[in-house]
Amino acid sequence: MRDQANGIVAVEVRRLRKEYGALVAVRDIDLTVHTGDVYGYLGPNGAGKTTSLRMMLGLIRPTSGEARLFGRNPAEVGVRALEGVAGFVEEPTFYPYLSGRANLEHMAALDGGTSADRIDDALDVVGLTTRDAEKVRGYSHGMRQRLGIAAALLREPKLLILDEPTTGLDPAGMRDMRELVGNLARSGLTVLLSSHLMQEVEHLCNRVAIIQRGTIQYEGALDALMARAHQRYRLESTNPTRALGIAQAFPGIADVTTDNAAIGFAADAEAAAAFTVELGRAGIGIYALLPQAQSLEELFLDMTETTRTSPPVETREVAA
Amino acid sequence: MIAGAYAWEIRKLLHQWRTYLGLGAVVIVPLAFVVAYQVNPPKPGGEQDLIVQDYVLRSGFILPLIVLFYSSLVLLPAAAALVAGDIFAAEDQNRTLKTILTRSTGRGAIFAAKVLATATYVLTVVLAFAATGLVAGGLAYGFDAVPLPPTAIPPGEAALRVAGAFGLYALPLLAITALGLMLSAVGKNSAGAVFGTLTFAFLVQFVRFLPGLPSWLLTWTLTKPFDAWQTLIGRPIDTDAVTRAVGVSAVYVVVTLAIAWRHFTRRDVIG
Repeated sequence: MRDQANGIVAVEVRRLRKEYGALVAVRDIDLTVHTGDVYGYLGPNGAGKTTSLRMMLGLIRPTSGEARLFGRNPAEVGVRALEGVAGFVEEPTFYPYLSGRANLEHMAALDGGTSADRIDDALDVVGLTTRDAEKVRGYSHGMRQRLGIAAALLREPKLLILDEPTTGLDPAGMRDMRELVGNLARSGLTVLLSSHLMQEVEHLCNRVAIIQRGTIQYEGALDALMARAHQRYRLESTNPTRALGIAQAFPGIADVTTDNAAIGFAADAEAAAAFTVELGRAGIGIYALLPQAQSLEELFLDMTETTRTSPPVETREVAA
Repeated sequence: MIAGAYAWEIRKLLHQWRTYLGLGAVVIVPLAFVVAYQVNPPKPGGEQDLIVQDYVLRSGFILPLIVLFYSSLVLLPAAAALVAGDIFAAEDQNRTLKTILTRSTGRGAIFAAKVLATATYVLTVVLAFAATGLVAGGLAYGFDAVPLPPTAIPPGEAALRVAGAFGLYALPLLAITALGLMLSAVGKNSAGAVFGTLTFAFLVQFVRFLPGLPSWLLTWTLTKPFDAWQTLIGRPIDTDAVTRAVGVSAVYVVVTLAIAWRHFTRRDVIG
Protein backbone atom coordinates (compact mmCIF):
# COMPACT_ATOMS: atom_id res chain seq x y z
CA MET A 1 0.00 0.00 0.00
CA ARG A 2 1.25 3.47 -0.85
CA ASP A 3 0.79 6.62 1.11
CA GLN A 4 -0.58 9.21 -1.31
CA ALA A 5 1.43 12.02 0.21
CA ASN A 6 4.66 10.38 1.26
CA GLY A 7 5.17 7.11 -0.55
CA ILE A 8 4.98 3.70 1.15
CA VAL A 9 2.84 3.45 4.27
CA ALA A 10 5.00 3.06 7.37
CA VAL A 11 2.80 0.55 9.18
CA GLU A 12 -0.04 -1.37 7.65
CA VAL A 13 -1.86 -3.87 9.84
CA ARG A 14 -4.66 -5.93 8.37
CA ARG A 15 -6.94 -8.38 10.18
CA LEU A 16 -4.20 -9.03 12.71
CA ARG A 17 -5.21 -11.58 15.30
CA LYS A 18 -3.50 -13.37 18.17
CA GLU A 19 -5.03 -16.14 20.19
CA TYR A 20 -3.61 -17.86 23.25
CA GLY A 21 -5.81 -20.93 23.54
CA ALA A 22 -9.30 -19.64 24.17
CA LEU A 23 -8.09 -16.10 24.89
CA VAL A 24 -8.18 -13.68 21.99
CA ALA A 25 -5.56 -11.05 22.84
CA VAL A 26 -5.85 -9.15 19.56
CA ARG A 27 -8.99 -9.45 17.47
CA ASP A 28 -8.61 -8.85 13.73
CA ILE A 29 -7.34 -5.29 14.01
CA ASP A 30 -6.56 -2.88 11.17
CA LEU A 31 -4.14 0.02 11.60
CA THR A 32 -2.47 2.38 9.18
CA VAL A 33 0.42 4.65 10.11
CA HIS A 34 1.41 7.04 7.33
CA THR A 35 4.95 8.27 6.93
CA GLY A 36 5.38 11.45 8.94
CA ASP A 37 2.65 10.55 11.41
CA VAL A 38 3.09 10.78 15.12
CA TYR A 39 0.60 8.07 15.84
CA GLY A 40 -0.82 7.46 19.27
CA TYR A 41 -1.82 3.92 20.08
CA LEU A 42 -4.06 4.09 23.10
CA GLY A 43 -5.60 1.52 25.32
CA PRO A 44 -5.84 0.50 28.95
CA ASN A 45 -3.47 -2.07 30.36
CA GLY A 46 -4.18 -5.48 28.89
CA ALA A 47 -6.05 -4.08 25.90
CA GLY A 48 -3.71 -5.70 23.39
CA LYS A 49 -1.35 -2.82 22.59
CA THR A 50 1.90 -4.57 23.44
CA THR A 51 0.85 -7.87 21.87
CA SER A 52 0.04 -6.14 18.60
CA LEU A 53 3.31 -4.16 18.72
CA ARG A 54 5.23 -7.40 19.29
CA MET A 55 3.57 -8.88 16.22
CA MET A 56 4.53 -5.80 14.21
CA LEU A 57 8.16 -6.26 15.30
CA GLY A 58 8.19 -9.98 14.57
CA LEU A 59 8.54 -11.05 18.20
CA ILE A 60 5.21 -12.86 18.17
CA ARG A 61 3.72 -14.82 15.30
CA PRO A 62 0.17 -13.76 14.47
CA THR A 63 -2.56 -16.37 14.55
CA SER A 64 -3.88 -14.76 11.37
CA GLY A 65 -3.63 -11.49 9.48
CA GLU A 66 -0.50 -9.55 8.79
CA ALA A 67 1.55 -6.51 9.79
CA ARG A 68 3.74 -4.77 7.24
CA LEU A 69 6.44 -2.23 7.99
CA PHE A 70 7.21 -0.19 4.90
CA GLY A 71 5.61 -2.99 2.93
CA ARG A 72 7.56 -5.86 4.53
CA ASN A 73 6.01 -8.51 6.74
CA PRO A 74 8.25 -9.69 9.63
CA ALA A 75 6.41 -13.02 9.72
CA GLU A 76 7.59 -13.60 6.15
CA VAL A 77 11.03 -11.99 5.94
CA GLY A 78 12.15 -11.86 9.58
CA VAL A 79 14.40 -9.02 10.66
CA ARG A 80 14.69 -7.73 7.09
CA ALA A 81 11.26 -6.23 7.73
CA LEU A 82 12.81 -4.09 10.46
CA GLU A 83 15.06 -2.15 8.11
CA GLY A 84 14.51 1.51 8.95
CA VAL A 85 12.54 0.55 12.06
CA ALA A 86 13.59 0.79 15.69
CA GLY A 87 12.06 1.01 19.11
CA PHE A 88 11.12 -1.11 22.06
CA VAL A 89 8.17 -2.89 23.58
CA GLU A 90 7.41 -2.54 27.27
CA GLU A 91 10.49 -1.18 28.99
CA PRO A 92 13.80 -1.38 27.13
CA THR A 93 16.05 -4.06 28.56
CA PHE A 94 19.82 -4.40 28.51
CA TYR A 95 22.59 -6.58 29.88
CA PRO A 96 23.02 -5.43 33.47
CA TYR A 97 26.66 -6.50 33.68
CA LEU A 98 27.66 -4.37 30.67
CA SER A 99 28.06 -0.60 30.62
CA GLY A 100 25.60 1.59 28.78
CA ARG A 101 28.12 2.15 26.01
CA ALA A 102 28.99 -1.56 25.77
CA ASN A 103 25.30 -2.35 25.43
CA LEU A 104 25.05 0.12 22.57
CA GLU A 105 28.16 -1.36 20.96
CA HIS A 106 26.51 -4.77 21.23
CA MET A 107 23.34 -3.50 19.58
CA ALA A 108 25.40 -1.81 16.87
CA ALA A 109 27.26 -5.05 16.19
CA LEU A 110 23.94 -6.84 15.74
CA ASP A 111 23.04 -4.17 13.20
CA GLY A 112 26.21 -4.83 11.27
CA GLY A 113 28.44 -2.36 13.10
CA THR A 114 28.57 1.38 13.46
CA SER A 115 31.11 4.04 14.27
CA ALA A 116 31.97 5.19 17.77
CA ASP A 117 30.88 8.68 16.70
CA ARG A 118 27.37 7.49 16.06
CA ILE A 119 27.22 5.96 19.54
CA ASP A 120 28.51 9.23 20.96
CA ASP A 121 25.79 11.11 19.09
CA ALA A 122 23.04 8.78 20.33
CA LEU A 123 24.27 9.08 23.92
CA ASP A 124 24.37 12.85 23.52
CA VAL A 125 20.80 13.03 22.22
CA VAL A 126 19.48 11.18 25.26
CA GLY A 127 21.75 12.91 27.74
CA LEU A 128 23.74 9.88 28.87
CA THR A 129 27.20 10.92 27.69
CA THR A 130 28.60 11.30 31.19
CA ARG A 131 27.12 8.02 32.44
CA ASP A 132 28.01 5.78 29.51
CA ALA A 133 30.77 3.86 31.31
CA GLU A 134 28.56 2.80 34.21
CA LYS A 135 27.09 -0.67 34.27
CA VAL A 136 23.41 -0.72 33.36
CA ARG A 137 22.57 -2.52 36.61
CA GLY A 138 23.21 0.84 38.31
CA TYR A 139 20.98 2.83 35.94
CA SER A 140 17.69 4.31 37.09
CA HIS A 141 14.51 3.41 35.25
CA GLY A 142 14.59 6.73 33.43
CA MET A 143 18.17 6.22 32.31
CA ARG A 144 17.27 2.80 30.92
CA GLN A 145 14.36 4.34 29.03
CA ARG A 146 16.72 6.90 27.53
CA LEU A 147 19.28 4.22 26.72
CA GLY A 148 16.46 2.43 24.91
CA ILE A 149 15.90 5.52 22.76
CA ALA A 150 19.66 5.75 22.12
CA ALA A 151 19.74 2.09 21.03
CA ALA A 152 16.88 2.83 18.67
CA LEU A 153 18.57 5.90 17.22
CA LEU A 154 21.66 3.87 16.33
CA ARG A 155 19.60 2.28 13.57
CA GLU A 156 18.90 5.69 12.01
CA PRO A 157 15.24 4.74 11.87
CA LYS A 158 12.53 6.16 9.67
CA LEU A 159 9.95 4.63 11.99
CA LEU A 160 10.26 4.67 15.76
CA ILE A 161 8.00 2.32 17.73
CA LEU A 162 7.81 3.21 21.39
CA ASP A 163 5.72 1.30 23.88
CA GLU A 164 4.81 3.44 26.87
CA PRO A 165 8.15 5.25 27.04
CA THR A 166 7.15 7.32 30.07
CA THR A 167 5.87 4.47 32.21
CA GLY A 168 7.51 4.41 35.59
CA LEU A 169 9.18 7.79 35.22
CA ASP A 170 8.84 10.58 37.75
CA PRO A 171 7.20 13.82 36.57
CA ALA A 172 10.50 15.39 35.52
CA GLY A 173 11.50 12.21 33.70
CA MET A 174 8.13 12.13 31.93
CA ARG A 175 8.55 15.72 30.85
CA ASP A 176 12.06 15.03 29.55
CA MET A 177 10.92 11.94 27.67
CA ARG A 178 8.00 13.83 26.12
CA GLU A 179 10.39 16.54 24.99
CA LEU A 180 12.77 13.96 23.56
CA VAL A 181 10.04 12.15 21.64
CA GLY A 182 8.63 15.50 20.50
CA ASN A 183 12.02 16.58 19.19
CA LEU A 184 12.44 13.29 17.33
CA ALA A 185 9.00 13.63 15.79
CA ARG A 186 9.72 17.19 14.71
CA SER A 187 12.93 15.96 13.08
CA GLY A 188 10.77 14.05 10.61
CA LEU A 189 10.65 10.58 12.14
CA THR A 190 7.44 8.62 11.90
CA VAL A 191 6.55 7.68 15.46
CA LEU A 192 4.17 4.98 16.67
CA LEU A 193 3.69 5.77 20.32
CA SER A 194 1.80 3.35 22.51
CA SER A 195 0.52 4.89 25.68
CA HIS A 196 -2.25 5.07 28.19
CA LEU A 197 -1.24 8.63 29.14
CA MET A 198 -3.63 10.89 27.30
CA GLN A 199 -1.73 14.08 27.97
CA GLU A 200 1.37 12.94 26.11
CA VAL A 201 -0.67 11.63 23.21
CA GLU A 202 -2.73 14.83 23.00
CA HIS A 203 0.49 16.81 23.10
CA LEU A 204 2.44 14.81 20.52
CA CYS A 205 0.20 12.92 18.12
CA ASN A 206 -1.69 13.81 14.97
CA ARG A 207 -3.42 10.46 14.54
CA VAL A 208 -4.59 7.90 17.06
CA ALA A 209 -6.05 4.45 17.43
CA ILE A 210 -7.87 3.32 20.52
CA ILE A 211 -7.87 -0.36 21.36
CA GLN A 212 -9.94 -2.06 24.00
CA ARG A 213 -10.14 -5.80 24.70
CA GLY A 214 -8.19 -6.54 21.55
CA THR A 215 -10.51 -4.55 19.29
CA ILE A 216 -9.91 -1.17 17.65
CA GLN A 217 -12.55 1.30 18.83
CA TYR A 218 -11.35 4.25 16.80
CA GLU A 219 -8.69 4.98 14.25
CA GLY A 220 -8.18 8.33 12.60
CA ALA A 221 -7.10 11.90 13.05
CA LEU A 222 -6.82 13.17 16.58
CA ASP A 223 -8.56 16.38 15.49
CA ALA A 224 -11.52 14.41 14.19
CA LEU A 225 -11.76 12.55 17.46
CA MET A 226 -11.53 15.75 19.46
CA ALA A 227 -14.15 17.39 17.23
CA ARG A 228 -16.61 14.82 18.47
CA ALA A 229 -16.05 16.15 21.91
CA HIS A 230 -17.25 19.60 20.88
CA GLN A 231 -20.67 18.39 19.93
CA ARG A 232 -21.96 19.06 23.39
CA TYR A 233 -22.99 22.56 24.53
CA ARG A 234 -23.86 24.47 27.68
CA LEU A 235 -26.50 27.20 27.29
CA GLU A 236 -26.96 30.05 29.75
CA SER A 237 -30.12 32.03 28.99
CA THR A 238 -32.65 34.47 30.43
CA ASN A 239 -35.16 31.65 30.96
CA PRO A 240 -33.57 28.25 31.53
CA THR A 241 -36.89 26.54 32.25
CA ARG A 242 -38.48 27.50 28.94
CA ALA A 243 -35.25 26.90 27.11
CA LEU A 244 -35.23 23.37 28.53
CA GLY A 245 -38.74 22.72 27.25
CA ILE A 246 -37.86 23.98 23.76
CA ALA A 247 -34.64 21.96 23.70
CA GLN A 248 -36.38 18.73 24.61
CA ALA A 249 -38.70 19.06 21.63
CA PHE A 250 -36.28 20.55 19.13
CA PRO A 251 -35.08 18.34 16.26
CA GLY A 252 -31.35 17.60 16.31
CA ILE A 253 -31.01 18.31 20.04
CA ALA A 254 -30.33 15.31 22.25
CA ASP A 255 -29.23 14.27 25.69
CA VAL A 256 -30.59 17.41 27.34
CA THR A 257 -29.57 18.01 30.95
CA THR A 258 -30.14 20.92 33.27
CA ASP A 259 -28.97 22.54 36.42
CA ASN A 260 -30.41 25.66 37.99
CA ALA A 261 -28.60 28.14 35.81
CA ALA A 262 -28.11 26.44 32.47
CA ILE A 263 -28.98 23.54 30.23
CA GLY A 264 -26.64 21.15 28.50
CA PHE A 265 -27.31 19.32 25.28
CA ALA A 266 -25.69 17.43 22.45
CA ALA A 267 -26.10 18.66 18.89
CA ASP A 268 -24.19 19.25 15.71
CA ALA A 269 -23.24 22.81 14.79
CA GLU A 270 -26.24 23.37 12.47
CA ALA A 271 -28.79 22.12 14.99
CA ALA A 272 -27.23 24.26 17.72
CA ALA A 273 -27.45 27.36 15.50
CA ALA A 274 -31.08 26.65 14.59
CA PHE A 275 -31.85 26.16 18.26
CA THR A 276 -30.51 29.63 19.11
CA VAL A 277 -32.77 31.15 16.41
CA GLU A 278 -35.74 29.35 17.92
CA LEU A 279 -34.84 30.69 21.36
CA GLY A 280 -34.74 34.22 19.89
CA ARG A 281 -38.18 33.73 18.35
CA ALA A 282 -39.44 32.65 21.76
CA GLY A 283 -38.04 35.83 23.31
CA ILE A 284 -35.35 34.06 25.29
CA GLY A 285 -32.07 35.92 25.52
CA ILE A 286 -28.78 34.01 25.33
CA TYR A 287 -26.02 34.92 27.75
CA ALA A 288 -23.65 32.24 26.48
CA LEU A 289 -23.53 29.13 24.30
CA LEU A 290 -20.37 27.28 25.21
CA PRO A 291 -18.98 24.19 23.45
CA GLN A 292 -18.10 21.72 26.16
CA ALA A 293 -14.61 20.51 25.33
CA GLN A 294 -14.15 16.97 26.51
CA SER A 295 -10.57 16.05 27.09
CA LEU A 296 -9.03 13.17 25.19
CA GLU A 297 -8.94 11.35 28.48
CA GLU A 298 -12.70 11.71 28.91
CA LEU A 299 -13.25 10.55 25.34
CA PHE A 300 -10.93 7.63 25.92
CA LEU A 301 -12.72 6.65 29.10
CA ASP A 302 -16.09 6.96 27.38
CA MET A 303 -14.95 4.61 24.66
CA THR A 304 -13.07 2.09 26.72
CA GLU A 305 -15.31 1.93 29.78
CA THR A 306 -18.42 1.54 27.66
CA THR A 307 -16.92 -1.46 25.97
CA ARG A 308 -16.00 -3.10 29.23
CA THR A 309 -19.67 -4.00 29.74
CA SER A 310 -20.95 -4.14 26.20
CA PRO A 311 -19.73 -5.55 22.90
CA PRO A 312 -17.40 -3.23 21.00
CA VAL A 313 -19.03 -0.93 18.50
CA GLU A 314 -17.21 -0.28 15.24
CA THR A 315 -16.68 3.47 15.16
CA ARG A 316 -13.59 3.49 13.03
CA GLU A 317 -13.17 6.50 10.86
CA VAL A 318 -12.04 5.65 7.36
CA ALA A 319 -8.37 6.58 7.16
CA ALA A 320 -7.44 9.28 4.74
CA MET B 1 26.28 -11.12 11.11
CA ILE B 2 27.11 -14.43 12.83
CA ALA B 3 30.71 -13.31 13.40
CA GLY B 4 29.64 -10.09 15.12
CA ALA B 5 27.05 -11.87 17.23
CA TYR B 6 29.55 -14.62 18.12
CA ALA B 7 32.15 -12.09 19.21
CA TRP B 8 29.58 -10.47 21.49
CA GLU B 9 28.48 -13.81 22.94
CA ILE B 10 32.10 -14.46 23.86
CA ARG B 11 32.39 -10.96 25.31
CA LYS B 12 29.25 -11.49 27.39
CA LEU B 13 30.62 -14.80 28.67
CA LEU B 14 33.78 -13.02 29.73
CA HIS B 15 31.68 -10.68 31.88
CA GLN B 16 30.03 -13.48 33.83
CA TRP B 17 31.29 -15.19 36.97
CA ARG B 18 30.06 -18.62 35.90
CA THR B 19 32.57 -18.58 33.05
CA TYR B 20 35.46 -18.14 35.44
CA LEU B 21 34.05 -20.66 37.90
CA GLY B 22 34.42 -23.43 35.33
CA LEU B 23 37.73 -22.23 33.97
CA GLY B 24 39.15 -21.68 37.45
CA ALA B 25 38.15 -25.17 38.57
CA VAL B 26 39.81 -26.92 35.65
CA VAL B 27 43.05 -25.07 36.35
CA ILE B 28 43.01 -25.64 40.09
CA VAL B 29 42.12 -29.34 40.10
CA PRO B 30 45.26 -30.61 38.26
CA LEU B 31 47.43 -28.45 40.49
CA ALA B 32 45.69 -29.89 43.53
CA PHE B 33 46.49 -33.41 42.31
CA VAL B 34 50.16 -32.51 41.95
CA VAL B 35 50.23 -31.12 45.47
CA ALA B 36 48.42 -34.19 46.80
CA TYR B 37 50.86 -36.56 45.08
CA GLN B 38 53.77 -34.56 46.39
CA VAL B 39 52.44 -34.76 49.92
CA ASN B 40 51.27 -38.36 49.68
CA PRO B 41 52.93 -40.16 46.76
CA PRO B 42 51.25 -43.34 45.54
CA LYS B 43 53.04 -46.52 46.44
CA PRO B 44 53.57 -48.86 43.50
CA GLY B 45 51.53 -52.00 44.08
CA GLY B 46 49.39 -50.26 46.65
CA GLU B 47 45.60 -49.99 46.65
CA GLN B 48 45.05 -47.65 43.69
CA ASP B 49 41.88 -46.96 41.70
CA LEU B 50 43.93 -46.93 38.55
CA ILE B 51 46.88 -49.03 37.54
CA VAL B 52 48.50 -46.01 35.89
CA GLN B 53 48.71 -44.33 39.28
CA ASP B 54 51.63 -46.63 39.90
CA TYR B 55 53.47 -44.71 37.20
CA VAL B 56 52.39 -41.15 37.93
CA LEU B 57 55.72 -40.27 39.50
CA ARG B 58 57.64 -41.63 36.50
CA SER B 59 56.15 -39.50 33.72
CA GLY B 60 54.29 -36.20 33.59
CA PHE B 61 52.05 -37.59 30.83
CA ILE B 62 50.21 -39.72 33.38
CA LEU B 63 48.93 -36.89 35.56
CA PRO B 64 46.44 -35.30 33.08
CA LEU B 65 44.94 -38.73 32.41
CA ILE B 66 44.47 -39.47 36.09
CA VAL B 67 42.94 -36.05 36.62
CA LEU B 68 40.63 -36.57 33.63
CA PHE B 69 39.53 -39.94 35.00
CA TYR B 70 38.48 -38.41 38.30
CA SER B 71 36.99 -35.25 36.81
CA SER B 72 35.23 -36.58 33.75
CA LEU B 73 32.10 -37.57 35.63
CA VAL B 74 31.28 -34.36 37.49
CA LEU B 75 33.68 -31.45 37.12
CA LEU B 76 33.73 -31.00 33.36
CA PRO B 77 30.01 -31.71 32.81
CA ALA B 78 29.28 -29.21 35.59
CA ALA B 79 31.46 -26.56 33.96
CA ALA B 80 29.75 -27.17 30.62
CA ALA B 81 26.26 -27.16 32.14
CA LEU B 82 26.84 -23.84 33.91
CA VAL B 83 27.23 -22.04 30.61
CA ALA B 84 25.12 -24.16 28.26
CA GLY B 85 22.13 -24.13 30.58
CA ASP B 86 22.28 -20.38 30.96
CA ILE B 87 23.11 -18.91 27.57
CA PHE B 88 19.59 -18.95 26.10
CA ALA B 89 17.61 -18.87 29.33
CA ALA B 90 19.48 -15.81 30.61
CA GLU B 91 18.08 -13.81 27.69
CA ASP B 92 14.60 -14.66 28.90
CA GLN B 93 15.40 -13.99 32.52
CA ASN B 94 17.08 -10.64 31.74
CA ARG B 95 14.27 -9.98 29.22
CA THR B 96 16.92 -9.06 26.67
CA LEU B 97 15.73 -11.44 23.97
CA LYS B 98 13.31 -8.88 22.59
CA THR B 99 16.18 -6.35 22.56
CA ILE B 100 18.49 -8.45 20.40
CA LEU B 101 15.76 -9.90 18.19
CA THR B 102 14.65 -6.46 17.02
CA ARG B 103 18.03 -5.63 15.50
CA SER B 104 19.31 -6.68 12.07
CA THR B 105 20.67 -10.10 13.03
CA GLY B 106 18.18 -12.89 12.48
CA ARG B 107 17.20 -15.55 14.97
CA GLY B 108 19.14 -18.25 13.15
CA ALA B 109 22.36 -16.23 13.31
CA ILE B 110 21.88 -15.47 17.01
CA PHE B 111 21.21 -19.14 17.68
CA ALA B 112 24.36 -20.13 15.80
CA ALA B 113 26.41 -17.50 17.65
CA LYS B 114 25.27 -18.80 21.04
CA VAL B 115 25.94 -22.43 20.11
CA LEU B 116 29.39 -21.59 18.76
CA ALA B 117 30.25 -19.47 21.80
CA THR B 118 29.22 -22.27 24.15
CA ALA B 119 31.23 -24.83 22.15
CA THR B 120 34.20 -22.47 22.25
CA TYR B 121 33.90 -22.21 26.01
CA VAL B 122 33.61 -25.99 26.52
CA LEU B 123 36.57 -26.74 24.27
CA THR B 124 38.55 -24.01 26.05
CA VAL B 125 37.73 -25.67 29.36
CA VAL B 126 38.90 -29.06 28.07
CA LEU B 127 42.03 -27.50 26.58
CA ALA B 128 42.82 -25.60 29.78
CA PHE B 129 42.28 -28.77 31.78
CA ALA B 130 44.57 -30.80 29.55
CA ALA B 131 47.21 -28.09 29.31
CA THR B 132 47.30 -27.47 33.04
CA GLY B 133 47.52 -31.19 33.78
CA LEU B 134 50.22 -31.74 31.20
CA VAL B 135 52.33 -28.76 32.22
CA ALA B 136 51.92 -29.43 35.93
CA GLY B 137 52.67 -33.15 35.44
CA GLY B 138 55.65 -32.41 33.22
CA LEU B 139 57.11 -29.85 35.59
CA ALA B 140 56.63 -32.14 38.57
CA TYR B 141 57.68 -35.46 37.05
CA GLY B 142 59.28 -34.72 33.67
CA PHE B 143 58.15 -35.50 30.14
CA ASP B 144 59.59 -38.99 30.10
CA ALA B 145 58.39 -42.07 28.27
CA VAL B 146 55.32 -43.69 29.82
CA PRO B 147 56.25 -47.10 31.19
CA LEU B 148 53.02 -48.75 30.17
CA PRO B 149 53.44 -52.51 29.85
CA PRO B 150 54.48 -54.32 27.81
CA THR B 151 56.70 -51.53 26.41
CA ALA B 152 57.21 -47.88 27.22
CA ILE B 153 55.40 -45.28 25.17
CA PRO B 154 57.85 -42.66 23.92
CA PRO B 155 57.17 -39.00 24.86
CA GLY B 156 56.01 -37.94 21.37
CA GLU B 157 53.47 -40.73 21.11
CA ALA B 158 52.42 -40.18 24.71
CA ALA B 159 51.72 -36.53 24.00
CA LEU B 160 49.61 -37.51 20.99
CA ARG B 161 47.70 -40.09 23.01
CA VAL B 162 46.99 -37.58 25.78
CA ALA B 163 45.76 -35.04 23.23
CA GLY B 164 43.65 -37.71 21.55
CA ALA B 165 42.18 -38.83 24.88
CA PHE B 166 41.10 -35.30 25.77
CA GLY B 167 39.82 -34.75 22.23
CA LEU B 168 37.75 -37.93 22.34
CA TYR B 169 36.46 -37.07 25.80
CA ALA B 170 35.36 -33.66 24.46
CA LEU B 171 32.85 -35.28 22.07
CA PRO B 172 30.38 -36.72 24.64
CA LEU B 173 30.99 -33.59 26.67
CA LEU B 174 29.79 -31.56 23.68
CA ALA B 175 26.80 -33.90 23.47
CA ILE B 176 25.95 -33.09 27.10
CA THR B 177 26.52 -29.42 26.28
CA ALA B 178 24.09 -29.60 23.37
CA LEU B 179 21.52 -31.14 25.68
CA GLY B 180 22.07 -28.22 28.06
CA LEU B 181 21.59 -25.77 25.21
CA MET B 182 18.33 -27.45 24.27
CA LEU B 183 17.04 -27.32 27.85
CA SER B 184 18.09 -23.68 28.06
CA ALA B 185 16.39 -22.70 24.81
CA VAL B 186 13.22 -24.67 25.36
CA GLY B 187 12.86 -24.38 29.15
CA LYS B 188 13.81 -20.67 29.36
CA ASN B 189 14.94 -21.25 32.95
CA SER B 190 18.64 -21.05 33.69
CA ALA B 191 18.70 -22.93 37.00
CA GLY B 192 16.38 -25.60 35.64
CA ALA B 193 18.49 -26.12 32.54
CA VAL B 194 21.75 -26.33 34.52
CA PHE B 195 20.17 -28.76 36.99
CA GLY B 196 18.63 -30.82 34.21
CA THR B 197 21.93 -31.09 32.38
CA LEU B 198 23.80 -32.09 35.51
CA THR B 199 21.14 -34.63 36.41
CA PHE B 200 21.50 -36.21 32.99
CA ALA B 201 25.29 -36.27 33.39
CA PHE B 202 24.91 -38.06 36.72
CA LEU B 203 22.46 -40.55 35.24
CA VAL B 204 24.94 -41.29 32.47
CA GLN B 205 27.35 -42.45 35.12
CA PHE B 206 24.74 -44.06 37.37
CA VAL B 207 23.44 -46.51 34.78
CA ARG B 208 26.81 -48.21 34.58
CA PHE B 209 26.16 -49.61 38.06
CA LEU B 210 22.84 -51.17 37.09
CA PRO B 211 23.33 -54.91 36.51
CA GLY B 212 22.39 -56.56 33.27
CA LEU B 213 21.99 -53.52 31.05
CA PRO B 214 22.70 -54.29 27.39
CA SER B 215 25.76 -52.80 25.81
CA TRP B 216 23.78 -50.81 23.22
CA LEU B 217 21.87 -49.06 25.99
CA LEU B 218 25.08 -48.05 27.72
CA THR B 219 26.27 -46.71 24.37
CA TRP B 220 23.14 -44.63 23.76
CA THR B 221 23.06 -43.27 27.30
CA LEU B 222 26.55 -41.85 26.54
CA THR B 223 28.04 -44.00 29.32
CA LYS B 224 30.39 -45.87 27.01
CA PRO B 225 31.23 -42.82 24.87
CA PHE B 226 32.32 -41.06 28.08
CA ASP B 227 34.75 -43.95 28.73
CA ALA B 228 36.00 -44.27 25.16
CA TRP B 229 38.96 -41.96 25.69
CA GLN B 230 40.57 -44.59 27.93
CA THR B 231 41.18 -46.87 24.99
CA LEU B 232 43.62 -44.33 23.55
CA ILE B 233 46.04 -44.91 26.41
CA GLY B 234 45.97 -48.70 26.19
CA ARG B 235 47.02 -51.34 23.80
CA PRO B 236 45.45 -52.22 21.50
CA ILE B 237 43.25 -49.22 20.74
CA ASP B 238 39.59 -50.20 20.43
CA THR B 239 38.61 -48.38 17.25
CA ASP B 240 35.00 -49.54 17.53
CA ALA B 241 34.70 -47.73 20.84
CA VAL B 242 36.13 -44.60 19.26
CA THR B 243 33.73 -44.82 16.31
CA ARG B 244 30.75 -45.36 18.59
CA ALA B 245 31.74 -42.37 20.74
CA VAL B 246 31.99 -40.14 17.69
CA GLY B 247 28.75 -41.36 16.15
CA VAL B 248 26.56 -41.31 19.26
CA SER B 249 27.88 -37.91 20.33
CA ALA B 250 27.12 -36.54 16.86
CA VAL B 251 23.57 -37.89 17.01
CA TYR B 252 23.03 -36.23 20.40
CA VAL B 253 24.39 -32.92 19.12
CA VAL B 254 22.34 -32.93 15.92
CA VAL B 255 19.05 -33.99 17.50
CA THR B 256 19.17 -31.70 20.52
CA LEU B 257 20.35 -28.68 18.55
CA ALA B 258 17.68 -29.28 15.91
CA ILE B 259 15.01 -29.22 18.61
CA ALA B 260 16.53 -26.11 20.18
CA TRP B 261 16.84 -24.36 16.80
CA ARG B 262 13.28 -25.08 15.83
CA HIS B 263 11.99 -23.79 19.13
CA PHE B 264 14.19 -20.70 19.23
CA THR B 265 13.49 -19.59 15.68
CA ARG B 266 9.72 -20.06 15.92
CA ARG B 267 8.87 -19.11 19.47
CA ASP B 268 6.86 -16.11 20.59
CA VAL B 269 8.89 -13.65 22.64
CA ILE B 270 6.44 -12.55 25.28
CA GLY B 271 8.41 -11.53 28.37
